[in-house]
Amino acid sequence: MMKRIVTQAALIAALATGVASAEQILINAAGATFPYPMYSKWFDEYHKKFPNLQFNYQSIGSGGGIKQVTEGTVEFGASDGPMNDRQMKEFQDKHGFGILHFPTVMGADVPVFNVASVSTDLNFTPEALAGIFLGKITKWNDPELMKANPGVKLPSADIIVVHRSDGSGTTYIWTDYLSKVSPEWEMKVGRGTSVNWPVGLGGKGNEGVSGQVKQTPNSIGYVELIYAVQNKMKTGKVKNLAGAYVQASLASVTAAAASSKEMPDDFRVSITNAPGKDAYPISSFTWLLIPEKIADPTKKKAIKEFLTWMLADGQNMTEALAYARLPKAVVAKEMKAIAKVQ
Amino acid sequence: MAASSSTVPSAGPSRAAPNFWERLRGGDEAAYVLTFIAAASILLITGMLVYELFINSADARAKFGWAFLFTQTWDPVNDQFGALPFIYGTLVTSFLALLMGIPLGVGAAIFLAELAPPKISDALTFLIELLAAVPSVIYGLLGIFVLVPILRLVEPSLRAVLGWTPFFSGPFYGVSLFSAGVVLAVMIIPFIISISREVILAVPGDQREAALALGATRWETTWDVVVPFAKKGIMGSIFLALARALGETMAVTMVVGNDPKIKASLFAPGYSIAAVIANEFTEATGKLYTSALIELGLVLFALTIVINGVARLLVMGTDKYKT
Repeated sequence: MMKRIVTQAALIAALATGVASAEQILINAAGATFPYPMYSKWFDEYHKKFPNLQFNYQSIGSGGGIKQVTEGTVEFGASDGPMNDRQMKEFQDKHGFGILHFPTVMGADVPVFNVASVSTDLNFTPEALAGIFLGKITKWNDPELMKANPGVKLPSADIIVVHRSDGSGTTYIWTDYLSKVSPEWEMKVGRGTSVNWPVGLGGKGNEGVSGQVKQTPNSIGYVELIYAVQNKMKTGKVKNLAGAYVQASLASVTAAAASSKEMPDDFRVSITNAPGKDAYPISSFTWLLIPEKIADPTKKKAIKEFLTWMLADGQNMTEALAYARLPKAVVAKEMKAIAKVQ
Repeated sequence: MAASSSTVPSAGPSRAAPNFWERLRGGDEAAYVLTFIAAASILLITGMLVYELFINSADARAKFGWAFLFTQTWDPVNDQFGALPFIYGTLVTSFLALLMGIPLGVGAAIFLAELAPPKISDALTFLIELLAAVPSVIYGLLGIFVLVPILRLVEPSLRAVLGWTPFFSGPFYGVSLFSAGVVLAVMIIPFIISISREVILAVPGDQREAALALGATRWETTWDVVVPFAKKGIMGSIFLALARALGETMAVTMVVGNDPKIKASLFAPGYSIAAVIANEFTEATGKLYTSALIELGLVLFALTIVINGVARLLVMGTDKYKT
């Protein structure tokens, strides 16, 4: 007992002197909600390593993250979709220097469905998904679906489409994929965190969509992979560019990133519809948005050191939280890019 | 406390100190200043609210003008925004809620105030006031998991009776304008009951005695004397309920289907102004998109004022004819 008190007192004293000797640094960040559990784990672990350094991350959404980092109210932002050229220019005009994208982890969207007579997995071709969400494929026994699922008894019931009603990175990935595989989708609807849906009901959040799908017979929707994994939901396989039907998993998402064409220097790349044989086609990075110039030297040093740690030790923590880790080539390239932060 | 101390220097120089302290102890001066500040702050907050909404919606107002109110497209990808489907959804769900809520709410209030034994009345009133304090997300969850499945069972019989009208045609997915109206009705009934009951209880006893003495039955007394006497208060409770229905966000978005299209059928999914703002604001990128969402807020504000104004005019109109 006595010993414990003594050690505790020593610990407190050590902490107190540590705090007194090193200056407290608080770094504010804001952005995407999807990687929030991962980021808060990283920031917490990093704070334990360096008690004088604290990250305050507000998960207000990707749009909010881009807005706040552009306005300069936070040190860095985070987003599920890369900033577009207009947003990049807006940042450049306002600050006189650019902004850098650093991929951190990966996620994926999976189709979920509720068809009473189907107990197995269903296969979906890109044409089928685009057709269903465009409202052109309206029955479950449409030839396009029958062809992809030989031997499965599909009912002649109407397909009820469920999508996200709240603006979200999940919707961005889904519509980005549909835009790539269907020219008609790209022309009529396009990609975005919210779009003008041709058909369907809107559910709020992953839980809203999955709840709606569970309750509505003959419905189909899409949710974030982590959500589907945690809730043990039945998900559809999607045909990738190489022609294989792939189940979404952490491995097949990482495979998508590894196989995607050359990584551009600014990391603003979409990896949906990746060419690899094992690649799950509806995958995406999520990014930290770091300004090129950080005026405060202690904050600059702290952020650069954190990025280095996140790409090394941090990546080992991803799979416990069901996020797909970055491929080695991407990590190596990002390590070099850290030097760009001045 | 800060407010009361700050009033001392401001009022001090103009009046003799002892006089002021005397009055302060009497409470008049302090009470006047404090209540004045309270009343003025409401005006100030409302004014700032409108100002902020107006200024921040400048981009959308400049681009779309009045057409914003009459356009049906809501396409964030191509920066095309129109408020009509949301205005429609907000009005329809609120109207449905009132249609179901008023008879039930006022009926229950009359029973609790006039006819029920006091013990039952007190117990039920306590429960009703609890209902009014339930967060709206809970009503939304109840809507999804309890009400919608029940409505699925009710739907065939509703369709059998009213299916020939356009209002009950088309497929029913569970979530719909109708479901949102029912959830809203459940949410606003406690407001109507609890305020109306208080108002009816406050009707002086001699009104009832006089009516009974003239030979009216108990129901005639209640319906022809007590309820008309309490009419203004009951109307007030309905306005408050309407305001809640118009502005309700969470519960509506969970059951309305969130589809910005105008369809005559109440079984079709719809969307409301408050719901779309809550859904899309956080992820809205681009100035015009944000500005259009803020303009929707301005529209909702205007809608509330117009509806309340019209309702008040209606009440004044009936007053003139009756008396």
